[in-house]
Amino acid sequence: MDEEIRLMKGNEAIAHAAIRYGADGYFGYPITPQSEILETLMAEMPWEKTGMVVLQAESEVAAINMVYGGAGTGKKVMTSSSSPGVSLKQEGISYIAGAELPCLIVNVMRGGPGLGTIQPSQADYFQTVKGGGHGDYRLITLAPSSVQEMADFVGLGFDLAFKYRNPAIILADGIIGQMMEKVVLPPFHPRRTEEEIVKECPWATQGKTSNRKPNIITSLELDPAIMEENNLRFQAKYKRIEENEVRYEEYMCDDAEFLLVAFGSSARICLKVVENARKEGLKVGLLRPITLWPFPKLILQKYAGQVKGILSVELNAGQMVEDIRLAVNGKVKVEHFGRLGGIVFTPDEVLEALKNKIIK
Amino acid sequence: MEENEIIKSENLVYTKPRLMNDNPMHYCPGCSHGVIHKLIAEVVEELGLEEKTIGISPVGCAVFAYNYIDIDWIEAAHGRAPAIATAVKRLNPSKMVFTYQGDGDLAAIGTAETIHAANRGENIVIIFVNNAIYGMTGGQMAPTTLEGMPTSTCPYGRNIALNGYPLKISNLLAQLDGTCLVTRQSVQNAAAVKKAKKALKKAFENAMNGKGTSVVEFVSTCSSGWKMTPEKANKWMEENMFPFYPLGDLKNID
Repeated sequence: MDEEIRLMKGNEAIAHAAIRYGADGYFGYPITPQSEILETLMAEMPWEKTGMVVLQAESEVAAINMVYGGAGTGKKVMTSSSSPGVSLKQEGISYIAGAELPCLIVNVMRGGPGLGTIQPSQADYFQTVKGGGHGDYRLITLAPSSVQEMADFVGLGFDLAFKYRNPAIILADGIIGQMMEKVVLPPFHPRRTEEEIVKECPWATQGKTSNRKPNIITSLELDPAIMEENNLRFQAKYKRIEENEVRYEEYMCDDAEFLLVAFGSSARICLKVVENARKEGLKVGLLRPITLWPFPKLILQKYAGQVKGILSVELNAGQMVEDIRLAVNGKVKVEHFGRLGGIVFTPDEVLEALKNKIIK
Repeated sequence: MEENEIIKSENLVYTKPRLMNDNPMHYCPGCSHGVIHKLIAEVVEELGLEEKTIGISPVGCAVFAYNYIDIDWIEAAHGRAPAIATAVKRLNPSKMVFTYQGDGDLAAIGTAETIHAANRGENIVIIFVNNAIYGMTGGQMAPTTLEGMPTSTCPYGRNIALNGYPLKISNLLAQLDGTCLVTRQSVQNAAAVKKAKKALKKAFENAMNGKGTSVVEFVSTCSSGWKMTPEKANKWMEENMFPFYPLGDLKNID
């Protein structure tokens, strides 16, 4: 079947894209504001169309471990949740990273800490790009700012996850998840056959055949010398990802004197800020990181030599701003503006903050 | 008679299963794990499932089960094996999937995963080694530790007022509509091993025939954790464990 233009929520786009990109399995547990992903999949009954397995697990912990198991057999598997549920998944995510398995995780962020609120937030930036679970590992982090990107990043996330045998995560927020927008859904990609999986994923536990040794999926290694080697291999992989997979979008940056940096829904609001600022004669541009890890450091270093100041605009108390400061290394002033607890800033508020904190 | 005259195929009454490799086992002398591993290897071979079987190993003494049986394995986080097995089987319905779990793994940290996988009637086998103690971490109290039984975290014996009751989780699992076989076995002598193998084989057949979840509990010893000789541990198990965890089928639906 061909691509299709539809009007739908970001959460629904994730579900439809998963079926169309040939996902083998989805395992999830309901939590606001992302339950439409599981609901849409159950309503679509993809097991009758493509053979995709969909299962409501007994907990987020079980769901991520189902993903670990499915990924161990070389299947294209995913889970989704929102902030408190993603906290529960951290154990499993660390194991998946440690066992070098590909999978896709979706976090439709809400406000925290704790049970927090069901309103949108971007306060899980640190959790996602700095670790979350235990050990030295990294998650390939994609930050969509439209319903279209919610759909597109399912395909991209799986591609990157399998390319590097590493978990990938879509870090969205309640606005992008709940917002309805036009989306072009991809054409149907067939699920891989067992033969294709065995060929493409020779490490997968598909049953030991007589022509090979047993495949063992594990993150355990008690010999510290080998465990260090394993870690060095992970770090080399992370370096390759940092060199090859940085993605970002620039908006009116060419002549910018002041730079806004924002991801996800914040970046959409900042488009309007740039427009309003330009009407006032202020040369403001927007840099939107699409990959939060790997972080677009080099382009920020470039703009550090061009602009007079950078404002990091985030729906949190100041998280990405730390990575911007590390990237520009004191070369230019970097400040943060955010609203907390589920409040979303207006373009006027952001422009005001830009004037007060950066332009003066 | 010379040795090479004795070792002839017609005189062969016992052999190591092909799936068991030559890696020296890390298990303590007298431990039940080795025998249970052997039974798994035998059953997989006899049912011709060598190329179809995926084992899910636990956290606990059997964390390295994958070092001894030459099949594909996935090493689980503590307690999560039934969730992992669920996905492996659902995504690969033609495969034989079993978990191998200890008492702490299955009946403490993994209680939710165990109950829900069994309640969904996943077509998997859950192998449950109950030695009433945490062996790998050095002999701490397990959910199945008997009343009055000393461990390193209940050094004066399990106190019901403080620690609650030993958990008969197999009885609980037998109540669930998703289970087709829940049986309690042991491997301390030849007769018990023979019986246990029969039960294990039935469990594997159930999984391949789509009958639902089979649970095979092995009431076992831990001579190191119990601080007994292997011989004394077997006797102690018979005298103390069997009355509380009686052997036999709790549920067996044909």
